[in-house]
Amino acid sequence: MLTFIIITLIKVLVIFVVFLLMIALLTWLERKLLGHFQVRLGPMRVGPHGLLQPIADGIKLLFKEDIIPDNVNKFVYVLAPLLTFIPALIIVAVIPFGKSIELFGQRIDMVISNFNMGILYIFAVASLSVYGIVLAGWSSNNKYSLLGGLRSSAQMISYEVSLGLSLIGVFMIAGSLNLVDIVNAQDKLYNWFIIRQPLGFLLYLVCATAELNRIPFDLPEAEQELVAGYYIEYSSMKFSMFFLGEYGNMINVSALATTLFLGGWHGPFLPPVVWFLIKLTAFLFFFIWIRATLPRFRYDQLMNFGWKVLLPLTILNVLITAVVMIL
Amino acid sequence: MFEVFKTIFLAIPKGLSVTFKYLFTKAITVRYPEQKLTLSPRYRGLHYLKRNEDGSEKCVCCGLCAAACPSGCIYMEPAEDEFGQRYAKVYEINELRCIFCGYCQEACPKEAIFLGKEYEFSNDQREKMIYKKEDLLVSIFGQRMKRPDARTGPSGGVRPDEHSG
Repeated sequence: MLTFIIITLIKVLVIFVVFLLMIALLTWLERKLLGHFQVRLGPMRVGPHGLLQPIADGIKLLFKEDIIPDNVNKFVYVLAPLLTFIPALIIVAVIPFGKSIELFGQRIDMVISNFNMGILYIFAVASLSVYGIVLAGWSSNNKYSLLGGLRSSAQMISYEVSLGLSLIGVFMIAGSLNLVDIVNAQDKLYNWFIIRQPLGFLLYLVCATAELNRIPFDLPEAEQELVAGYYIEYSSMKFSMFFLGEYGNMINVSALATTLFLGGWHGPFLPPVVWFLIKLTAFLFFFIWIRATLPRFRYDQLMNFGWKVLLPLTILNVLITAVVMIL
Repeated sequence: MFEVFKTIFLAIPKGLSVTFKYLFTKAITVRYPEQKLTLSPRYRGLHYLKRNEDGSEKCVCCGLCAAACPSGCIYMEPAEDEFGQRYAKVYEINELRCIFCGYCQEACPKEAIFLGKEYEFSNDQREKMIYKKEDLLVSIFGQRMKRPDARTGPSGGVRPDEHSG
């Protein structure tokens, strides 16, 4: 029992540190790639090719004045950034990133918590981050914040339905909600769910982008119309909490896509963890690539697309999967 | 519905391929303090006043440059030296008001004032942006004299017409 606790604590510590480092690197990668997509250089000054830029940004944000405006609801105002950041952190707990290894006679799973309702847990926690955004918008006592928060809640609730449904096909084939079992079901290339569930994969990507509030679905923060959306009134570390949460969620969504569709850690020659990271990075690159390419939806287009196109398609996907499975 | 599929399967991949192509083109950024753009030969930067070969100033303080100046940034006071030669006792250009149109250079009958190629002469004090005659005059060899009071601005020994940019 004691060894179990120690092993888990070590895993939590390592994954927590690696996750935060990845968030920091991701902000650098995004700026760098966006720069090169726009035929610029991106950050170049701090460290080699601007690699230390996240540290400089972090120091800057820490030393900024932490403003709490007079008319805000203080309790909710302080709570909201935490509510967006913490769900992003705890989702990582169920994502398997490698094969189990034997160390000193102990079997160590490369996942913090291997429990059989993994996906359900992710959905439950991910929908919590909507609260953070809505409460931030409401408590700021600012019209633009409120509009951003409302848009965000409407968007995330509409797309969460499709997000959940787009994954049903995977569970039906794998016959389990446990992420480790799902990865084990994709041990060969032709078994990967991206091949068995191509439509599901596309739908998941679209819904995930919408869940992340990223371009082309970044209506909640649409700076041209809403200044900055729900986090106008935030400054200093509270402001960066939203961004940590956002980038953390980006990593989570990519990790989930890797696990569910690209065979998780499976791959030849290289160690499993390396394969997992390669696939994860490919997804992160894809999201940045999308951001560099597509313009933003209009609000009515967003809602029409969500309810009239995505939802029927996800249900169709479930139907097709079911029919094929029975045949 | 059909339009949506056309967008998803034709338009978006096309757009993605365009941006992907640009990812591998060379960035056009000029990293300014280290790298600088090459200036056009006709570039109009900070003014300078030329001298004759014997070291006397070319400017005779006729006032044509001040008359030609659309922003009225040139101020001068004439005087005569011991040989009865007219010269500018005071010659000031307010570089904050100057629009660098080059009309003074065109108007000058003595070919005394020119616009060089220096452009890095910003300052945090307005008074220091009023350039006196000593700041504008170059040596016989066409090099800037020292400008001791300016924190930034043109330094001595630089040829204002050959500023590498």
